[in-house]
Formats: sequence, C-alpha cells, structure tokens
Amino acid sequence: MTSLRLFFVGGLTSYRALFYWLSPTIYIPSLLVAPIFQILLFAYIGRSAGLQSDLFYVTGNAIQYAAIPCLFAMSQLVSGERYQNTLSAILVSPAKRLPLFVGRALPVMGNAAFVSAFSFAAGCLILGVSLPSGSIPGLAVVILVAAFSCTGLGLINAAISLRVRENAVLSNVIFGFLLIFTGANVPIPELPGWMQDISHVIPLTHAIQAARELAAGASFASVTDLLGTELAIGITYLAVGLVLLRFFEWQGRKHATLEQL
Amino acid sequence: MSHAFRLFWTGWMFNVKNLTTSGFFVLNVTISPIFYATIAHYMFEGGGRPGSLLYASLGAGMMGIWSSVLFGSGGLIQWQRWQGTLEYVIGVPPRLILVVLPMTVATASIGLYSIASTLLWGRIIFGLPLDFVHPAWFLVALVASIVSLGLLGLVLSSTFVLLRNANSLSNLLEYPVWLVTGLLISLSLLPGWTHPISWVLAPTWGIRGIRAAALGGDPVTPIAICLALGVLYGVIGHFTLGYFEVRARKSATLALR
Repeated sequence: MTSLRLFFVGGLTSYRALFYWLSPTIYIPSLLVAPIFQILLFAYIGRSAGLQSDLFYVTGNAIQYAAIPCLFAMSQLVSGERYQNTLSAILVSPAKRLPLFVGRALPVMGNAAFVSAFSFAAGCLILGVSLPSGSIPGLAVVILVAAFSCTGLGLINAAISLRVRENAVLSNVIFGFLLIFTGANVPIPELPGWMQDISHVIPLTHAIQAARELAAGASFASVTDLLGTELAIGITYLAVGLVLLRFFEWQGRKHATLEQL
Repeated sequence: MSHAFRLFWTGWMFNVKNLTTSGFFVLNVTISPIFYATIAHYMFEGGGRPGSLLYASLGAGMMGIWSSVLFGSGGLIQWQRWQGTLEYVIGVPPRLILVVLPMTVATASIGLYSIASTLLWGRIIFGLPLDFVHPAWFLVALVASIVSLGLLGLVLSSTFVLLRNANSLSNLLEYPVWLVTGLLISLSLLPGWTHPISWVLAPTWGIRGIRAAALGGDPVTPIAICLALGVLYGVIGHFTLGYFEVRARKSATLALR
C-alpha cells in the first residue's frame, strides 16, 4: 500500500513540484510548436532530397519527439532535486527505489505520449497527410509504447545525471543520436551496417516502424511483434536505469558528491 | 573611434573566451550541427543526390551559428542579470551598445565552431574534399555572416529581455529560422508567403554567400545584402536597446528577475 501511494501520489506530487515553472508560455512553444517545425524541416529536406513521402517524416519525427520530454524531464528528476537541495533528503529516505523513481516517470510518460500524439495530428493536418481511420487506435497504442520505452532511456539519463552535471548537453546529444539512429528521417536500410545494428537495440526504432506500417494500412495484429520488441527494449532500459540509479547513488554517497553542482 | 574599436576588440575577445569555457555552449554548438549534417547527408545520398555533403555541412554549420546567436544573444541581458553584472554593463561610461555589441558578435563567433565541426566531421568521416572555389570569398562570407548575425543578436538581446520567458521563445524560433532561411533546402520549395521572411533574415544571405564561395557562383551580391541587413539590424538594435535601458532605469527594474 505504501509503495502504491509512493508510486501514484508521490510521483504526481514530485512532478508538480519539479515542473512548477512549466507554464503554458513555456510548454506551448517548446513542446507543442517546436515538434511541428521539426516535422516541417525534415519533410522539406525530404522533398528536396526526393527520398520519402511526407507521411514518413510526420510519423518518424512525431514519435521521436517523445524523446524531448522523456530525456529532459527524467534528468530534471535528479538535477531539479539537486538544485533545490532536496536530493539527499530523497535518497536518505527508506522509500523503495522502484516505486519512487518509476512513479515519477509515469507523468513524464503521459506527457511524452501527449506531445507525440499532438505533433502527429498537427503534422498530418499541416502537410495534408491522411491516415486510414482504422489505424488511429493502433497508432495511439504505438505512441504509448514508444513513450514507455523512451522513458526507460530517460531513467538511464536520470541515473547518469547523478554523476554528470552537464545533463542538458547529455540530453541534447542523446536526442540527436536518436534522430539519426531510430530511422526517424533516414530509412534504416540507408544507414551503414554498424548503425543499423545499433538501431535495433535502442528505443523508438521499432515503434516508428510499427507506426509507419499502421499508417500505410497494415493491421494492428501485423505490428504486434514490433510492439513487443519495443516494449521489451523499454523494460530492459528501465531495469538498467534502476540499476544505474542504485550504482551512482552508492558512488555519490561514497565520494560525497551527490549535491555537488 | 579608436577607443570604440579597442572596446569592441577587448569585449569580443573576453566574451569569446568566456563562452568557450562553457561546456554547455561549446558542446551544443559543435555536436548538434554534426547530427543534422549527418542526417542531411544520408537523406540526400538516399534520395539520389550524392555530392551534397559540402552543401549539407555548410548548412548545418550555419544552423549552429543561428542557434548560438539565438540562445546566446537572446538570453544575454537576462544572463547578465543572473550573474549580477547588468548594473556594471549599464553603469560604465561607454554607451550601452558599445558594451553589448561585442557580446552578441561573440555569440555569433562561437558559431564558427559549428562550421569547423561539420567540415571536419565531413572530412574525417566521409572524406569530404575541402576544395573551395573561392577560398578568399569564403572567409569574407563567413566574417560577413558572423557580423550580421551578431548585429541581429543585438536586436534579439534587447527585445527578448522584455519577455518573461525568453528561453521558450528561443526554443520556438530555432527550427522555423533553419527552415525559412533555406539552410538545408532550396527556398523555392517553400510557400511564396515565406519568401519575404527569408529575405529579411541574414542567415539566408549568409549561407548563399558561403555556398557560392565554396561551391561556385557569385558570392558578392549575397554578401553585400547580408552586410546591408547587418547595418539595418544595428540601427534597429540601437533603438530597441535604448528603449530597454530607459524603461529599466525609469521603472528601477534593472536587477529584478
């Protein structure tokens, strides 16, 4: 019962406390308008290159943009606490780490799914891309799974933030890495072999592929394998993130560097 | 005149060094453009437009310069305020514009790291030949772009400060300017109503001059337009900065966050 309360109530409370500054004047330009322009930029580069259709870039970038809330918000879970001098109070508490951190990840995941769905819809409307109406429930599931798996990566980012202070740079680098390696803008077969190998073991690649197949008219049943793989990748990253959190927490205690700015 | 030049030189050098010590700034302006150059390279190659790597590298480098100006100059006065140095910036005897201009030109100059990183990346990873058609004009075009974008930064620094959430405005303006100035695409692909916006933005002419110098063509006209826009930004920046100074002094809100 305590764990459940920590998971739901603690997660929501900490999200509200750490993101008190996220007003509409910040949220709308950064998380709703920026992804639309990312979609437009790559759709126009795609037209210029003559590589793929607009649908390809709308799907890829809308889902890939889930990485912004996932990476930045998850690292904020650590850096925000550190900035407010509450990190040590969190880490000396006897609370179980699993509900403590995964509960904090839940609102992040919900936000990422919303940002992704919004930019998908807006991108389709602006570029005049039409989707089969039957694909929409399936796409909603894909977006949720993508948000989940990317939150796993975000948890690893949060753990590294216990050690690395320039976590905004780190989040930007991971975002750029995902932009290339997930196939959001370049079809994976066009990438060199070693990059393709990496693509298959990172979050979002399989979700983007599943979304593209659904948008092309494939049935939901035909993409369950891709979704299963994406889910498994998400669970793996989440588990690795929790282990790293434990490890860096131990390191931080050992070297007394938890609150070092 | 020599006093103003010395002030500019000293301020520019100091701010370039200061920004270079910021891991956040330097890593963002060197690494992010590499991602965009790489994606554009694979997209052009996959679309049957091989040989576009230099085009993409230069465009991505200019993207980095714009980002540097947008975030560096857009948040400049706010940053001085947080550091507690804004009172000194305004209180010293030289005119405010002479103190702020070297700072904004420095943020544009840091963007040179972007051009350097995308060209080096292309050279080392993809074997990009760095044979520029007009090497001397390439340098002139780079300097003209840096100066014009620095002057545009003067306008940004003095207008963004009037807004509460300047950073979110910076986030908002990064992609649209990359798009509308044709850094990685041909402007003819964009709707006609966007063209006047492109024409009044220095990156449009800066990248045209840089590309003409590197790949062949007439670099003189775009460089001249880029510099003329810089003069226009300087005049606008003079008035907007003056407006900010008077307003902040009158309402005694200089140091208020």
